[in-house]
Amino acid sequence: MPEFAPFLLTLKLAITTTLVLVIIGIPLAYWLSFRRSVLKVVVESVIGLPLVLPPSVLGFYLLLAFSPENSLGKWLDNYFDLRLVFTFQGLVVASVIYSLPFLIQSVQAGFRMIPSALIDASYTLGKSRFTTLVKVILPNMKTALITGCILAFAHTVGEFGVVLMIGGNIPHETRVISVAIYDEVQAMNYSTANLYSGILLLFSFVVLMGVYLTNYRLQKSFSQ
Amino acid sequence: MIDVRLLKMLHGTDGNMQLRFETQIQSGEFVTLYGPSGAGKSTVLRMLAGLTDPEDGYIIANDINWFDKRQKINLRPQLRCVGMVFQEYSLFPNMTVRENLIYALEKGQSDEVVDELLDRMELGQLRLKRPSFLSGGQKQRVALARALVRTPKLLLLDEPLSALDSDIRMRLQDYILEIHHQLHLTTILVSHDYKEVVKMSDRLIVLEGGKIKREGSPDSIFDIALNKSIKY
Repeated sequence: MPEFAPFLLTLKLAITTTLVLVIIGIPLAYWLSFRRSVLKVVVESVIGLPLVLPPSVLGFYLLLAFSPENSLGKWLDNYFDLRLVFTFQGLVVASVIYSLPFLIQSVQAGFRMIPSALIDASYTLGKSRFTTLVKVILPNMKTALITGCILAFAHTVGEFGVVLMIGGNIPHETRVISVAIYDEVQAMNYSTANLYSGILLLFSFVVLMGVYLTNYRLQKSFSQ
Repeated sequence: MIDVRLLKMLHGTDGNMQLRFETQIQSGEFVTLYGPSGAGKSTVLRMLAGLTDPEDGYIIANDINWFDKRQKINLRPQLRCVGMVFQEYSLFPNMTVRENLIYALEKGQSDEVVDELLDRMELGQLRLKRPSFLSGGQKQRVALARALVRTPKLLLLDEPLSALDSDIRMRLQDYILEIHHQLHLTTILVSHDYKEVVKMSDRLIVLEGGKIKREGSPDSIFDIALNKSIKY
């Protein structure tokens, strides 16, 4: 019997993850784009790991790290009453780590496209780094920001390995749509799996269309 | 008065070059930095604005220390209150002409100055246009107006007219001169154009290979150059 809950849970996870990513990703991408240090190379490499690692590897290490039997998991449990294994919060943390490079790389590409003379002009007009970022840099890289957000959102919707490792398959808590599809196939419920997959396919297509259309419209409005 | 001594090693395609710039600029003076590409003219302007750090020296503007390597003083560009116009216009594409000027207002500053500048620069009809709709000459007038919103005492012009054709160039030269006199500005212009330099400058500083080669009124400099068959 098809359920609606995995879709809602996936949507909730993707929206929460994207919001967290915007809050931490923009300052991080700004730091990576405008600072030169050895630390930057290390941070960039760590952030990029999910791009090359199999999701199951990432999920496995996160499972170990967040387990209440290990120091980080124990510390989170004792001091914040926060358990990240087999919970929605754990899925959010894992998704943020997993989708971070997608947002960071888009936003960094956006920062690189801003002519340095625009930033210099803003500074000579007496504006702080923060004002320059908010009023000059970010509004002139809307395309990169929107692309980054949509890619991170869609990537979260489509993730499977990490969420299965860290979240398992708990209905209404961690059973997102990709896990539900896997579950239905395992149970030989091909029609339900087909329905879920079809909806996900359509959703992905609409999201990508949205990215291209938004970029096209923004480019058109700036060239006018 | 601005008392300047700037030292910096510049790394170019032709190798390294020591930039050494030392001069005094009187209030109300119109000084032009003249010389071949890569002589360090724009770097001097950027160091005055606080956008590039000198390796040694000092900048004292009207008794305020903007930069002093020995005393470890380096005032941020935001606090130097200079007006700067760049060769590539540098207007903010996401803002209209008027919004570009409004952005430059200081906290609590009335926006009357914005409309006054737009009218003075004959930009009134373009106030709601985005920069991408403007011609090169119009863009540079907006950039000039924007640089004047905070009523700076020092105006830095980094080859602002080099991308424009001669008619618009002449008109903008007149605008700049008019504003320089009316607002009692101290102006430093970087230019390659001989006619422009002669028309606008009180004093010319010829920069070559990072060093000041000559300094004086445009007439005196170009007379010497002519007599000695030096090509500037």
